[in-house]
Amino acid sequence: MQTVYGWLLLLPAVVLLAAFTHYPALATLWHSLHSTPMGSRPSRFVGLDNYAALFDDNVFWQALRNNLVYALGTVPVSIALALAMALWVDGRLPGRGLLRMAYFTPTVLPMVAVANIWLFFYTPQYGLIAQAMHGLGLPDINWLGRRDTVLPALMVVGIWKESGFFMIFYLAALQAVPPSLREAAMLEGASRWQYLRRVLWPLLMPTTLFVLINALINAFRLVDHVVVMTHGGPDNASMLLLYYIYQVGFSFWDTGYAATLTVVLLAILCTIAAVKFRWLDRKTHYQ
Amino acid sequence: MRRIVLKSLAAGLLGTAVLPVHAQQPVDVQFYYPVAVGGPITKIVDDMAAQFNKENPDIRIKPVYSGSYQDSIAKALTAFKGGTPPQLAVLLSTDMFTLVDENAIVPIDSMMKTDADKKWLGGFYDAFMQNSRTGGHVWGVPFQRSTIVAYYNKDLFKQAGLDPDHGPATWAELVSDASKLTKKDAAGNVTQWGLEIPSGGAFAYWLFQALTTPNDAMLMNQAGNRVYLDKPAVIEAAQFWHDLAYKDGVMPKGTIDWGTTPKDFLEKKAAMIWTTTGNLTNIASNASFPFGVAMMPRNKRGGSPTGGGNFYIFKSGTPAQQAAALKFVQWATTPEHAADWGIATGYVAVTPAAWQTEKMKQYVAKMPAAAVARDQLAVSVAEFSTHDNQRVTKVLNDALQAMLTNAKTPRQALQDAQKQADRLLRPYQQ
Repeated sequence: MQTVYGWLLLLPAVVLLAAFTHYPALATLWHSLHSTPMGSRPSRFVGLDNYAALFDDNVFWQALRNNLVYALGTVPVSIALALAMALWVDGRLPGRGLLRMAYFTPTVLPMVAVANIWLFFYTPQYGLIAQAMHGLGLPDINWLGRRDTVLPALMVVGIWKESGFFMIFYLAALQAVPPSLREAAMLEGASRWQYLRRVLWPLLMPTTLFVLINALINAFRLVDHVVVMTHGGPDNASMLLLYYIYQVGFSFWDTGYAATLTVVLLAILCTIAAVKFRWLDRKTHYQ
Repeated sequence: MRRIVLKSLAAGLLGTAVLPVHAQQPVDVQFYYPVAVGGPITKIVDDMAAQFNKENPDIRIKPVYSGSYQDSIAKALTAFKGGTPPQLAVLLSTDMFTLVDENAIVPIDSMMKTDADKKWLGGFYDAFMQNSRTGGHVWGVPFQRSTIVAYYNKDLFKQAGLDPDHGPATWAELVSDASKLTKKDAAGNVTQWGLEIPSGGAFAYWLFQALTTPNDAMLMNQAGNRVYLDKPAVIEAAQFWHDLAYKDGVMPKGTIDWGTTPKDFLEKKAAMIWTTTGNLTNIASNASFPFGVAMMPRNKRGGSPTGGGNFYIFKSGTPAQQAAALKFVQWATTPEHAADWGIATGYVAVTPAAWQTEKMKQYVAKMPAAAVARDQLAVSVAEFSTHDNQRVTKVLNDALQAMLTNAKTPRQALQDAQKQADRLLRPYQQ
């Protein structure tokens, strides 16, 4: 009786998880082993053919490389910025509420709106950045139209958007640190830097871990900015995995291959999660 | 097929058994349409549907705004695969092969019953119909169609000592005019570009056709299963485009965004731009200076590709819905309504008869620029369209962007593209 009761309590969560997480994941895996149905030609089992095609697909490798560069470039910077901002607005300063709100604003704006604002910032000749550079006597740069600047330009938008969000977590964590620790450190004659390095940073480790995983996952899920600002161009220089999946799935209607790409993305996300649970969690000190 | 038979049967049964009771029930037709140019397009379409519904109480056209052209085909096909497609949609004329291969649409010519119907289908400009025909059928009807035209700023032309009543007529004139229109500040930075040809996003291939057509090269065959991207005339056209930025220095280097090009023109940062004639009303109402519209400059010949969207009627509608959709399509392309639509948006009215209407004549008298795109139809060719269209088009777009960002030479980029396109099209070359 008790077992039934327990299962009944779990039922809503199980149904939701199965319907929206487990079934789609398994179905994707299944579809990735089949060809794409077209008009009157039905789908058939092709084994690992789609995965073999992956190895010859330059655009896929470019998207994967871009995604790695994007993650490595944005994650550490946004975490460092988030921590700096949190330390700054955690102190007693006038207008603290306003400052916190200003930092958090990018997070509450819709992604598409953000991308449109930045599209204007990056416009050559009369965009905000172009005007600032004219003021400094610097040349005009076609930020989104060059292969070497387009990905960094997207990364700046990502950092601007993410760090305000992560600041909230650091701020919450900082406020949970007992003031007595700081007083004790000061009495012992520790400098502010030593206090940050030896006391605060270890205490913030769980937050950093949480933020790190989130930032990594966000980096691989990013699509909105690409859609609005570059469409993956020029010549795939800003192509990211999720946008490529969208293109293959909904522009080319190659659903079998899109499923294959999705499986790859899922594998990447699962790896990140596994690293967190198996390895980083053990190295982290929880209070 | 079985679903259609069942639906027809069901409709037939309903027709005999239920119709007498529910004779007042109007036929619903869901109608997807995209917006690809500036201006209040959604309002214009809503008003059109409202007027039609008022005149035809037995039909209810329900317009659904479906995003850009790319979003619209994605939405329509997703809905189609999910079993709830619209009954009518405006999609790119180049989506024809995709829709035919997916078995999603009705050939319009098979619905022509009366002589009046046949006369109506024969009434469109042939340049537009080139993207409507394949496999012996007509699949789509021109609606918001365009060609590429050059917009130029007359004030800046005067300042540069050029004739403000004529845009450049040849490639040689284009380069010399554009050099006179390119201005630099003391530090050597360009403050005003002579020319902008957009190459970012999804339309690079289309603008490229405005260079390959005057160079007397076709990019694909009518059957849509072969492309000719590595022919010498095509590579020459690509080299010319590349040179405008890197050798002549009259156009920004790198890719130029499709959406911001009209803005650059309105901000006087570009003296000449190439874009769709569909932008005419937008530019006319926002330009703070007199502007001119010119045809694509000639090289070996003149010409532009046509572009824009066709009406498609989906197979999945009931016969009553298909008939209602056709009625709306015919209504929207009558001379009067085609003229209204052309005047409101700037798109080229799709039949010669529409240009004979009184209101169109008045409009052209007031805005001679509107007639440029129509006159250009005489030398226009089909827009680039093949089987597996989106994928082949992306191959070409990527190649053009690679060349414009100097990652590959024009020759290398187009030879690579030809190889990839050949691989994609092999299944369609029996």
